[in-house]
Amino acid sequence: MIRLSHVYKNYPNGALALKDVSFRVDRGEFVFLTGHSGAGKSTIMKLLFAEQRPTSGEVRVSGYDVSALRPDEVPKLRRRLGVVFQDFRLLEDRTAAENIAFALEVTGARGDTIEARVMRVLTQVGLTAKSRAYPRELSGGEQQRVAIARALVNDPAILVADEPTGNLDERATRGVFQLLRDINAGGTVIVMATHDLDLVRQASYRTIEMREGGVVFDSAVDEPDDEEAAT
Amino acid sequence: MKLLTREALLSFRRAPLLSVLSITTIAFSLFTLGLFGLVAINLRQALQGLEERVEIVAFVLRGTPAETITLATQDIAAFPEVQDVTYVTEEQALARARRELVEFRDAYRDLQVNPLPASIEVRLKPGNRDAATVERVAQRLRGFGFVNDVRYGRDWVQKLDHLRNITGIVGLVIGLAFAAVAVVIIGVTIRLTLLQRAREISIMRLVGATNWFIRGPFLLEGALKGLLGGLLSLVLCYAGYLLFRDQSGGTFAGLIFFLPYQMGAIVVFGVLLGLAGSLVSVGRHLRHV
Repeated sequence: MIRLSHVYKNYPNGALALKDVSFRVDRGEFVFLTGHSGAGKSTIMKLLFAEQRPTSGEVRVSGYDVSALRPDEVPKLRRRLGVVFQDFRLLEDRTAAENIAFALEVTGARGDTIEARVMRVLTQVGLTAKSRAYPRELSGGEQQRVAIARALVNDPAILVADEPTGNLDERATRGVFQLLRDINAGGTVIVMATHDLDLVRQASYRTIEMREGGVVFDSAVDEPDDEEAAT
Repeated sequence: MKLLTREALLSFRRAPLLSVLSITTIAFSLFTLGLFGLVAINLRQALQGLEERVEIVAFVLRGTPAETITLATQDIAAFPEVQDVTYVTEEQALARARRELVEFRDAYRDLQVNPLPASIEVRLKPGNRDAATVERVAQRLRGFGFVNDVRYGRDWVQKLDHLRNITGIVGLVIGLAFAAVAVVIIGVTIRLTLLQRAREISIMRLVGATNWFIRGPFLLEGALKGLLGGLLSLVLCYAGYLLFRDQSGGTFAGLIFFLPYQMGAIVVFGVLLGLAGSLVSVGRHLRHV
């Protein structure tokens, strides 16, 4: 589903954001991307949804080669991904349902199917009762659920979440994380950047640790036999 | 399409002051352009009236046989530039002089011999009344053996030519300058809207909206502003026209206003300006997001 091979990323000011990053994520996986601020997590996230291009190396996502993506292919790639951010990125002047419907409208979905699809994802994230609430009337956890619902409404094969619990209290964090686990259980690949190590320890998902732009640890490579040993 | 219109109209509601500002600036740009257009079409109308009086007169030698003149008249009438040819006999010339030159009526009445020569009066077709054509036709008339002299208002014809050229050039220069100003103003107002909605645009891109989908409402918004600006400029032009016509005390009672197709052209021009402004602005913005 996702493959990075020898990826380097230089910023125009000369700073090296990524150096020789290689890993792959297969169907059905849940992957944590950890590391301190500035380690390169967000740069990887941005490469995955083609917000940025690698300076060299190859980035393949859901069949698209991000390194050589034509501008008109960027929207096509993004429709096959769901993206969630720490700051939710909801439109303040639209209700929860309208924010989700917006993602369908801009991709040209048929008008008569929109309402049903919005209700389906609202049910999935447990917010049917708040469909008419504006973001300012929702708690942080609820706003993130709306953002997740928006990311899910196009039935993406991959969900990219950049610090989705960074702005949430512990209870909301647990709720959102459980929601992501449920989504993954349904078959959606999840790549989640986080520096919340408690969360990482709670689950036995694959963890890729970044430091100074490079991968310093990948549980799938460095501890390949752990799971086998445990079983 | 519904979404496109809704988004475009929403921007009017979100930023009414900005919208009114951009519509009025477009209207004023087009208003100035329109006023100039009005001057131009009225000047052209006046010039046409003057041009119709462009006439070449060939004076005929005394004693030229009538048949020669009849044949020559037919010849001249066949020139491609010529609209009509009139032969004025010596008697007719005298009668006309008596009738038109009232002050000299007595002098003409007491004449024993008619001093006025017969003449052939030639009027040219519209489009052939420029100085060069008039001179060419005059040359050919001089070629007839019985023609004594050929007269036409040479200076006058040349001045008309000049005036027409100058109006054309000035109109074009001012028109282009104002069009450029209008494009810049629309571009700036659309850019302000874009900045205001940068967050919304970034979210649209994030969920996979194509660039054309994002551009659509902004282009429609620009076109709508151009349309409203164009219509408003017509209202302003008409008010200016009425004011000028009615306050001139009858001097300009014959002023004309734009024909429907000309009004249509102004509005279409407004729409195109609006589109151009938003296209430039949105194009630049989307490259940077």
